[in-house]
This record gives sequence, C-alpha cells and structure tokens, in this order.
Amino acid sequence: MSLFNVFDIAGSAMMAQSQRLNVVASNLANAESAVSADGTPYRAKQVVFTATPVRPGEQAMGVQVSAVVDDPSPMRKVFDPKHPLADANGYVTMPNVNVVEEMTNMISATRSYQVNADMMNTAKTLLLKTLALAQ
Amino acid sequence: MLNGLNQEIGFFTDALNLRAYRHQILAANIANADTPNYKARDFDFAAVLRNARSNMANLPLAGTSPLHLGANPSDMSTWVKPLYRQVLQPSLDGNTVDTDVELAQFSDNAIRYQADLIFLRNKFQKLQMAIQGQ
Repeated sequence: MSLFNVFDIAGSAMMAQSQRLNVVASNLANAESAVSADGTPYRAKQVVFTATPVRPGEQAMGVQVSAVVDDPSPMRKVFDPKHPLADANGYVTMPNVNVVEEMTNMISATRSYQVNADMMNTAKTLLLKTLALAQ
Repeated sequence: MLNGLNQEIGFFTDALNLRAYRHQILAANIANADTPNYKARDFDFAAVLRNARSNMANLPLAGTSPLHLGANPSDMSTWVKPLYRQVLQPSLDGNTVDTDVELAQFSDNAIRYQADLIFLRNKFQKLQMAIQGQ
C-alpha cells in the first residue's frame, strides 16, 4: 500500500532534518571554541543528504544522512595577543563557524521538519478515511 | 452481474490506488527538498488512469513466468513510469524540488483522494439500496 510508504518517507526526512538541527546546535555552541577535543580549533560540521529507497527494492525515496563532513572553509583569525593560544604575530585561530549561515540552516531545517510532519498528518487522515469506508 | 459490479467498483479502486501512488511520489519530492541533485518526479494522472483502464479491458498481460514484471497491475511501480518535473527556478545544488509546487500538488492529490472515497461510498450505498429493494 503506497500510502503507508508516506510514513517511512516523511519519517526518514524528519530524522535527517533533526540530525541537521543537531549539527547546527553543535556548530553554534562551539562557535567560540578555540580548542576542541583533539586540541585543534573546532571545525564547523555539515550534514550530507542523499536520497535512498526506504526499503531495498522499493521505489519510494526517503532521505538519509550519508555523512557528516568538516566544513573546508578557512579558519577565522582573531587578533588577540593576550590570548594564551595566540601565535607569534598575536593571532588566535578560531572556529570557521558562520553564525548567520547556521541560523538560516536552522530555520530551513525547522521548516522542512514541519512540512514533513504535516505530510504525515495528511497521510494519516487519508488512511483513516479509507478505513471508515468499511463502516 | 459480478463482472458488472467489478467494472463499477474497479474504476474507483484503480483511481484510489493511483492517487495513493502519486501521494507517495509527491511525499518523496517534499522529503527530498534539501537533498543535493535530487530531481522532482511526477506523472500525468489522467493519462495514466486512462491508459490503465484501456489496457486492463483490452490487453490483460500474460504472466507466463513468476519473474515477469508488469503481470500484476496492482503493483504500480512496474507500469507507472514517473517523469521528471520541468523546473522553473533551478537551484545551485542540482535539486529541482520547488516546495510550494509540490505542497500544492500534495494537497490537491489528498483532496481528490477523499473525493474518490466519497464517490466509492456513494456507489456502495446505491448498490445496497438496490439489494434491499427500497
């Protein structure tokens, strides 16, 4: 039944969008972290979405986060000679998190999540009405 | 009599099945609105339904082997081939999903599905009336 696939599709999209939101939260929280767990400045993370069938052999395309990659853009340099991590020229390497970009990312993820939730609701209504046909 | 009944109900069954299949395709489009290189898909509902009706009436497919595809008309994916949507505003990442267009089509499809359900219910009611002789 095709309508049941809508739940899988919307569910996979919601999961992917919440993962994206998670990454945005991590980026925003660490926007000023000059040292991360491995000793280097924090690098912004981005999710990579790919369309994958919800079940093997199925035509219905869901969304999957295939990878979480490091943002390759150059790190931010801040002039602060008093900082303990400043180099010989007085510059501190700060994370390459672009706060404006992350905020737009967050809004986009939120909207997509809502749309998918609405989609699930519509499918539910249709299925319930189909069931009511037998009454 | 039973054959006639099947013909009466069969049209709505096909229409509902096709609507559900289109619902799934549109849902996949909306779900992949942020996926790079995803191409939005859809099919011409009226043409496919007309095709399905005429094919089933005139040319029933002979499935001489269980491996034959398309012998089972209730499996939409084997004989409905969705096409790619013409894009008006292409995005940089190769994605061709326009969420507004897809949402409009999605709601349209949902309402038409419910309309089909109402038609089917009316049909059943009429049949019941005929059976009870009212």
